[in-house]
Amino acid sequence: MATILAVDDSASMRQMVTFTLKGAGYDVEEACDGSEALGIAKTKKFDLVLSDVNMPVMDGIQFVTELRKLGEYKFVPVLMLTTESAGDKKMAGKKAGATGWIVKPFNPEQLLNTIKKVLG
Amino acid sequence: MSIDLSQFHQVFFEESFEGLDIMESSLLALDLNEVDAETINSIFRAAHSIKGGAGTFGFMQVSGFTHVVETLLDEIRSGDRDIEQEHVDLFLICVDCLRGLLSDLQAHAEPDMAQADELKVKFEAILAGTEAGVESSADSNSDSTAEAATDAVLASDSHSKGWKIEFIPCEDVLCTGNEPYRMFRELQDLAEAEPDGSMKVIPHLEKLPDFSEMHPEMCYLSWTIFVYADIELSDMEEIFEWVVDDCDIRYERLSESNQLSAEQPGIADEVAGINTDSSAEETTAVVKAAPDAIPASTPEVIPEVILEPAAPIANAADANAAEKITEKAPTKAAAKTPAKAAENTSIRVSIDKIDGLINMVGELVITQSMLGQLGQEFDMDRVQRLQEGLGQLEQNTRELQESVMKIRMLPISFAFSRFPRLVRDLSKQLDKEVDLIMIGENTELDKTVMEKIGDPLVHLVRNSLDHGLENAEERTANGKSSNGTITLNAYHHGGNIVIEVKDDGAGLNKERIRNKAIEKGLVGEDETLSDAQIHDLIFQAGFSTAEVVSDVSGRGVGMDVVRRNIAELNGTIDVTSKAGEGSTFSIRLPLTLAILDGQLVKVGEEVYIFPLVSIVESIQLEKSMLNNITGNQFVMQLRNDYIPILCLQDIFNTGAEKKDLEGAMLVVVEGDNEKVGIVVDELLGQQQVVIKSLEQNYEKVDSISGATILGDGTVALIVDVSGLNNKPLEKNSDDQTQAA
Repeated sequence: MATILAVDDSASMRQMVTFTLKGAGYDVEEACDGSEALGIAKTKKFDLVLSDVNMPVMDGIQFVTELRKLGEYKFVPVLMLTTESAGDKKMAGKKAGATGWIVKPFNPEQLLNTIKKVLG
Repeated sequence: MSIDLSQFHQVFFEESFEGLDIMESSLLALDLNEVDAETINSIFRAAHSIKGGAGTFGFMQVSGFTHVVETLLDEIRSGDRDIEQEHVDLFLICVDCLRGLLSDLQAHAEPDMAQADELKVKFEAILAGTEAGVESSADSNSDSTAEAATDAVLASDSHSKGWKIEFIPCEDVLCTGNEPYRMFRELQDLAEAEPDGSMKVIPHLEKLPDFSEMHPEMCYLSWTIFVYADIELSDMEEIFEWVVDDCDIRYERLSESNQLSAEQPGIADEVAGINTDSSAEETTAVVKAAPDAIPASTPEVIPEVILEPAAPIANAADANAAEKITEKAPTKAAAKTPAKAAENTSIRVSIDKIDGLINMVGELVITQSMLGQLGQEFDMDRVQRLQEGLGQLEQNTRELQESVMKIRMLPISFAFSRFPRLVRDLSKQLDKEVDLIMIGENTELDKTVMEKIGDPLVHLVRNSLDHGLENAEERTANGKSSNGTITLNAYHHGGNIVIEVKDDGAGLNKERIRNKAIEKGLVGEDETLSDAQIHDLIFQAGFSTAEVVSDVSGRGVGMDVVRRNIAELNGTIDVTSKAGEGSTFSIRLPLTLAILDGQLVKVGEEVYIFPLVSIVESIQLEKSMLNNITGNQFVMQLRNDYIPILCLQDIFNTGAEKKDLEGAMLVVVEGDNEKVGIVVDELLGQQQVVIKSLEQNYEKVDSISGATILGDGTVALIVDVSGLNNKPLEKNSDDQTQAA
């Protein structure tokens, strides 16, 4: 099954995402901020990365920028978890190399549908 | 598939409350003259997370309210607006308001939105200041999109056979992880969901350079896609949503009349939710695309060369896909268990403490196996080694106990953290200028003690602010700085933690306290009292020197309640004060409620335990020291005090025979600032005892605070000294004054 790295500073969000994805059979690992996620991403390759935008230490934009610099992650889909008010953030995420976005708030079904589409 | 989101609520509430604490402390730390970007950022992040979580977990009231807060913060963060004192005050009120809303929701109660709605209006007014212009343009924007939308709706009414899509991706589309194949596959799924639906994809290879110049990461292909199914434009747009900004996508309707009808893609989903900031950009992108639109060719003209959707993928992407397949081998995720349990109370423990604990358990196991081996082939020659082993076991156990206790220990900053806000608000209210200094915030204290010491501390700080500190004029008149200072200081002393609340105010007014005490009948008019005794009077029940009951202190809860609360934690409080220089309240608490230093005593066949801190002295009784008042209640003169003499046999009705008081052993204990002598048969050792709750295991018993299990397996009761004190004093207060 596909492996997914979920990055969010909110524990409840991480739990919800992980629970949903694990329930659907994906292998999920969590990280609390961009720099932790980058460390994990360097140790193994994930099939998909989900990342929040606003995080302490290293935010989602910087994380995607750094992630894309890793050879292994050049083409890996990266979805930003953004809020509807952050229209410019959506663009910033794209510019940094994100594949797309999932707009918060989302429910587990929406999350799964989007991920299924991306991973096939 | 449906997932019950309520299982994540507890974690959401916990992190939201943490977020609110961060917001509060960051707001208080803000220096408006020199705004620190990271502080603003962390405030924003906290609000942002609360909003996102609230929306996700279905608390729309909270997310709606937080949205306006977040919007203002975002403007401040991005430099569009300078932060003002008014904002800080408003944000602080919001923090309180959100706390209330979330607490209500956590308690499954309907939150009271009155304050939130009021605040929301205020925020909207502030936001309207700069957003008025933006809003009007957004209005016109949405008008036009609405109009266009009706067109689109009309257009889609006419029956169509399908769509022709020109898809010209930007060259680096693959580098954002957007795989054209994925979009085609989705489109195909969409088409095939319709009856007789099908799809054809035609690649265009014109831009493909020579092999030597080809960059493997670039996408040189473009495609024309024919979708033979009656599907909605918005559904297709959703598929291309992530690439619409950097790729050229044109949709043309393949209608029977072969008419170009959908000139403005991107409309339908804007009808669903008009979003001022994003729609502006999207519509311009759309308009740009429209003029190039080429009239559709009829489906019949399609060349025969039709590739399967899987084929037209850029080379690099192909390799990527192949890699994906080979990587299918299960990689086991080292799933991180969430740091917090979903219980209603949880505790965060640093990894160091856990590691230390594991280390010690390891040692314990080694000792155990060593002793086990020794036990299998034991003879008297090995007594020496047995003793060594037992010594080691004792050390392991003690270390383990200490480490486990440490897990429950939290830095006192948890209790201190509320004071900056409290002092700020109070000093404003009282119109006093106050600096708060906190020392020893990392001093650790048991979690339960921490929770219970919060309220007494608040009371003391309020008290110091209200009664202790003078106002600025008075201070300058007395040659002091106009700013008063309140110092909170925590440190370890022996097995105790000491927390001091110190102010540099006027000090306790001895004369007034004394007069008040006489007025209240607490002391006789001609009694001579030492300073300490006078200071101590403020802890007496019903004593309050404030002439006016102010909003800040004097809510009917006096210092006697503070003392009682602290006594319940086996702690003590006392005060030192110097006129004109200020007062210091010192609270002394045991580090934990789970273990007690106890004095074991024997009465009849029973063993009782007195908390060591409560014992003043132990003496041998002499008949001559005793006075008998009313029946068999004895009092004894101990230096200047008369103290009642109690027998545990009477109090607990053990039925044990009472011995002659002459020569009996008397333990003088003090609780609630009253001394009492207790007759015991024998003083046993002193030891640390683990407190077991009687209430949980049996029921509440007056004058007993708990029980413990002794080394020989018997149960010993721990005497609640202050409870013991209250009993005879109530009954005999008249007798006592007579004796005095």
